[in-house]
Amino acid sequence: MRMTGAEAIVKALEMEKTDVIFGYPGAAISPFYDALLGSSITHILTRHEQGAAHGANGYARVTGRVGVCVATSGPGATNLITGIANAYMDSIPIIAITGQVPCAMIGTDAFQEADITGATAPFSKHNYLVKDAEDLPKTIKEAFHIAATGRPGPVVIDVPVDVQNSTLDFKYPKDVDIKGYKPTCKGHPMQIKKAVAALEAAQRPVICAGGGVIAANASEELLELAQRRNIPVATTLMGIGSIPSNHPLNCGMIGTHGKRTANYALNHADLVLILGARVGDRAIGSASVLAKRAKIIHIDVDPAEIGKNINTAIPLVGDVKLILADMLKCVSSDDSDQWAATIAEEKQKWQKKASADANELKDDKEESQYVNPKYLLPLLSEVLPAEAIIATEVGQNQIWAANNCQIHKPKTFITSGGLGTMGYGLPAAIGAKIGRPEVPVAVISGDGSFQMSVQELGTMKHYAIGVKIVLFNNSRLGMVRELQLSKHEGRYSQVCLDKNPDFVALAAAYGFKGERISSNSQVKDALKRLTADDEPYLLECIVDPMEPTL
Amino acid sequence: MAKHTLSVLVENHAGVLSRVAGLFSRRGFNIDSLAVGVTENPEVSRMTIVVDGDEHTVEQVSKQLNKLVDVIKLKKLDVSESIKRELTLIKVTANASNRTEIIQIVGIFRANIVDVSKTTLTIEVSGDSDKVAALEDMLRQFGIKEIVRTGTIAIERGNRIIKVTNNEEE
Repeated sequence: MRMTGAEAIVKALEMEKTDVIFGYPGAAISPFYDALLGSSITHILTRHEQGAAHGANGYARVTGRVGVCVATSGPGATNLITGIANAYMDSIPIIAITGQVPCAMIGTDAFQEADITGATAPFSKHNYLVKDAEDLPKTIKEAFHIAATGRPGPVVIDVPVDVQNSTLDFKYPKDVDIKGYKPTCKGHPMQIKKAVAALEAAQRPVICAGGGVIAANASEELLELAQRRNIPVATTLMGIGSIPSNHPLNCGMIGTHGKRTANYALNHADLVLILGARVGDRAIGSASVLAKRAKIIHIDVDPAEIGKNINTAIPLVGDVKLILADMLKCVSSDDSDQWAATIAEEKQKWQKKASADANELKDDKEESQYVNPKYLLPLLSEVLPAEAIIATEVGQNQIWAANNCQIHKPKTFITSGGLGTMGYGLPAAIGAKIGRPEVPVAVISGDGSFQMSVQELGTMKHYAIGVKIVLFNNSRLGMVRELQLSKHEGRYSQVCLDKNPDFVALAAAYGFKGERISSNSQVKDALKRLTADDEPYLLECIVDPMEPTL
Repeated sequence: MAKHTLSVLVENHAGVLSRVAGLFSRRGFNIDSLAVGVTENPEVSRMTIVVDGDEHTVEQVSKQLNKLVDVIKLKKLDVSESIKRELTLIKVTANASNRTEIIQIVGIFRANIVDVSKTTLTIEVSGDSDKVAALEDMLRQFGIKEIVRTGTIAIERGNRIIKVTNNEEE
């Protein structure tokens, strides 16, 4: 069937069963936007292209589908870069379609021209500059395949405006065959045998579950393995949700900002089974020390991650779900729970201490001067249903959420892990709510991060998207302040945000309900109002500027 | 640092060279030399990359290269199981008094003189890097004005070939 390139892009998206795209129009992408009028695809107009990229990201994380964002050439495309890099670092499947100046003008510094394929090469799984409309159907099919399979990631498709306007005979290919891209799914049987043997021989095994377990939908298999042999499970930041927070075998998050129990488990293990994690430097700081003390089994779909940061005794390349299923076929059960009991004791010890600290605050005779996030967040989790989605911004708010929220299911904790992008949370929460409109979505934010994407309040108003914003306002760039305290002897440089606007009034300007609280005694009632309905709500909490992260 | 030679089959598309170079630069890998040309299959080019680094580095380089969608196949070439060659053009200062001596040296190395002028001689030499280095050494005394090198290219000995296949077990 003959149609224009722009119509072909729309049709291809429909063939891929895309139901939502996030974007912002412009001259170089206007034929696409014209063709979009004839489609049933929902388009969410954000207020900054960055919001579109993060929105596609949040949508992809909660639905498991490929997120799509669209922008024009030049600054539209470059505004997507942070979002694309963010998706790359966290292995999230998104497609970014950008307009481009006409083919003949590429390289002439034309108006709104930017080499987006060159610029995104370092942070995209792959990218395309489509110079012939005939290539569009195949390109889009390949792009979706590359984004969604193997280790997921962002793919950029740059389409010059004259290509969008030229015509082609639309034929959507049935399959893809990319010579240089054939990800391994099935684990090597020999390696699987070795891994099972090592696991059964270990006295103090620990599982470290990463984002890959969630991407592979392997939570069931993870739980079965952990339960069958009483193996404590620690998670990376990206792995939160792979095992329920309140599961007795869950030690919490590892790393520089993680839970003591999790780090204790890792430090005393004789075998560490790393599942779908990339041994990031914030998660496992001294990889060489760990590898000397414990035997490392690393299971990941990306062969380049294995052996990259840690010496691995048993490498296993493949889909974590399939490999765990194969392992479960032959792994024996183990009733001895001495090691698991030791970890449980550690966990209890630290939990007792944490609740003692929290109780100290509650029993203060005077009203506490500030809201303590570590007091509020567990209560928020109590008042939200198990399937609620929590998004976070970056910084202290992110770590408070990671360590204090109760996450019950995979794909319900969305955070910018690898890149740590401030301003990610709000648009990602918007994308999440669009992807799962039936569940409550909350974003844990800080006054710094909030102001990086504050314009997306406009998107929320435009589409009546009921995201609940919990804004921890300490008038500081908290995480950096803490860093300056420890590394620069408290010489604070540019971390004071004490001339913030009235955030509640700002929300009201958009027509949203909200309130400000400044004491723990106000928390319970405020949370009731926050979660009373499905409408946007801003709960601003005044937090002690010196409140420590841990 | 040890040098390792990688033979990489890539899609013959615009931008592939830039992607590979970009990969090396952002991951901090050292390229000693890089030569690329189209193969017996016009849709496929072969890059011969000489990398500076230890075993672990070369393993990471290979794995990261394999991740590129444009990279079809990659093989690390064994020093003893492959033939390596590079082509070099050397311009030396030469006048009537020393021209004969230079010509003799060039003859011994089985190299070729491809240009002559009143004050210079340009020599073309191809061979493994040891041979080329030895000739350079001999010519240095006369004054080397300019050297232009291709990169190293390499091919496996015997009937081993590196080919695009559809075999998933490869």
